[in-house]
Amino acid sequence: MRTENARIIDIRKLAENVFGILFEAAMAGEAGPGQFVMVRPHSDSRLLMRPISICDLDSERRLLRLVFRVAGKGTEEFSRARVGDHYSIMGPLGNGFPLEAAAGKSHIALMGGGIGAPPLLNLLRMLRRRADRGDISARISVYLGYRSMEDGLFLKDEFEPLANVVVSTDDGSAGVKGTALDGLSQAGTAPDLIYACGPLPMLSAIRKYASKEGIDAYISLEERMACGVGACLGCMVKTTKEDHHSHVKLSRICTEGPVFLSRDVEI
Amino acid sequence: MNTAVEICGVSFKNPVMDASGTFGSGQEYGAFVDLNRLGAVVTKGVANVPWQGNPTPRVCETPSGMMNAIGLQNPGVEVFLERDLPYLRQFDTNVIVNVCGHSLEEYLDVVDRLAGEKDISFLEINVSCPNVKEGGIAFGTDPGKLEDITRNIKAHAGQPIIVKLSPNVTSISDMARAAEAGGADAISLINTLTAMKIDIYKRRFALANRTGGLSGPAIRPVAVRMVYEASHAVNIPVIGMGGIANGEDAVEFLMAGASAVAVGMYNFHEPTAMLQVIEGIEEFMRKTGTEDVKELIGAV
Ligand SMILES: Cc1cc2nc3c(=O)[nH]c(=O)nc-3n(C[C@H](O)[C@H](O)[C@H](O)COP(=O)(O)OP(=O)(O)OC[C@H]3O[C@@H](n4cnc5c(N)ncnc54)[C@H](O)[C@@H]3O)c2cc1C
Ligand SMILES: Cc1cc2nc3c(=O)[nH]c(=O)nc-3n(C[C@H](O)[C@H](O)[C@H](O)COP(=O)(O)O)c2cc1C
Ligand code: FES
Repeated sequence: MRTENARIIDIRKLAENVFGILFEAAMAGEAGPGQFVMVRPHSDSRLLMRPISICDLDSERRLLRLVFRVAGKGTEEFSRARVGDHYSIMGPLGNGFPLEAAAGKSHIALMGGGIGAPPLLNLLRMLRRRADRGDISARISVYLGYRSMEDGLFLKDEFEPLANVVVSTDDGSAGVKGTALDGLSQAGTAPDLIYACGPLPMLSAIRKYASKEGIDAYISLEERMACGVGACLGCMVKTTKEDHHSHVKLSRICTEGPVFLSRDVEI
Repeated sequence: MNTAVEICGVSFKNPVMDASGTFGSGQEYGAFVDLNRLGAVVTKGVANVPWQGNPTPRVCETPSGMMNAIGLQNPGVEVFLERDLPYLRQFDTNVIVNVCGHSLEEYLDVVDRLAGEKDISFLEINVSCPNVKEGGIAFGTDPGKLEDITRNIKAHAGQPIIVKLSPNVTSISDMARAAEAGGADAISLINTLTAMKIDIYKRRFALANRTGGLSGPAIRPVAVRMVYEASHAVNIPVIGMGGIANGEDAVEFLMAGASAVAVGMYNFHEPTAMLQVIEGIEEFMRKTGTEDVKELIGAV
């Protein structure tokens, strides 16, 4: 974990209000899939750093890619950044997607809803690498849910060379009509492991699905954060068992998470 | 150049510490701040048993600041003694334990449990947390109750006590005097200002608790004024806080009458904020030819 003043070497618009920024950052050498960073706005009046998941990494060339949707003033500022600008970033933070969970599985589903898709890209790359080494033998499918064709199917092109991708849209304008979970149901094959990131209703539905099917689902959660390092206790999620750190049934999303085994949290 | 200060006979290598609740138990920021460099480490509020705190969202951003309604979630004094105190003991700094409770009995439970701990320099009694319903704030807004609880806690405490005052009162001077009359060894202020934020598009409160405590640079001028008034009302040392972001801000609090200062929400903006505050004070002293930081205390 560190802070660094990272230089932007690429920024581009991927879809309406969705941007990708590529940073040159030493922390890329330490990060894993599903971890996140805190990016500090330049604005003097917006003092809290913004949590953004790591979308992709090049640990050798020390490149860190973030993909975000403009959701307010901070992300709007980031979207106006230019190549050569620097941002203070802190990370890598939290516990990401556990790759070990893939061992011995036969069908792994990666499920991303909207702006939840980005962290799955690096996860997919890492799973592929393990598959190439023969460490895992599972079939890997990716289910991506978007709002509509018009909103833009960002990152889809980058997932496609790496796995079978099933797209769904809320309005049916592309792929299956419905959510990523509807995409999964239509595909007709049941996974024995899920990794997911997306809006809360989607993650709740996946939690129910995983419990019904008796499989493991690792879901990446969001909450408002102040510190990002486990100090402020702002970002709690209810848990089914007493947490080892808090000694109550609450875990810090920034530290114990953001990825949790779905049956361990109450969402 | 001397940056050391003394509060109630306890020496601090510099007048800078964290504000309770913004620095965890010190361990969380270990990657960024060498605790040996701080005048003191102030812990998150510690209660007699684990507290759940409030529902989320618990934090939100406001112009040049933030609001929080954590609700004093904490794992309780036993976990503090087993896990956090042994960690803090390793460092050459003062340990100040912030104590919270819903009732006098709960405060006394914690104070009694900590009484024999020689590695704790001070207890900071939080009588001013606005986010706990029956909690501290009732003691912190009524001078009579404040004097009573201070006296009761002082009678049990094994360490000198700092009473942490709420700014949500009409006369901070009256509260400062009440704490002194009850036997407080020092006072600290300000805790957060009770505030509210509404998400107009969602027609909802930004925090699940509806109200929260405002902190950060937005509150600094209010805090400076209150530190000035409180330090002129009493003869015990004052620890000042509220929106400190750099060395110059810290010097402002010292000049207003604080003997030491604490950095709160700015740690979230910049994890090394306290180190920058320490260096900033030194730079100010160099620039202005100030030999001893104590010359700055109450300099206006
Ligand atoms: C672990 C984690 C990973 C995330 N990864 C991504 C990602 O990869 N891409 C992406 O587009 N978004 C991601 N988000 C959401 C992102 O943090 C928010 O969209 C962003 O903080 C909004 O900031 P703003 O200044 O534009 O909005 P404003 O509404 O102006 O922000 C005000 C405050 O609210 C906070 N906030 C607002 N929305 C959210 C939210 N949904 N979650 C947490 N805090 C919020 C801000 O951080 C800020 O402190 C992630 C959130 C978390 C917790
Ligand atoms: C997230 C958060 C948690 C806090 N928790 C406590 C606490 O447990 N006990 C306490 O006495 N004050 C607590 N405070 C108040 C701070 O210690 C401090 O008095 C206040 O935030 C003003 O300083 P600042 O503007 O530098 O943050 C908390 C403040 C914040 C922002
Ligand atoms: S954001 Fe502070 S504890 Fe998670």
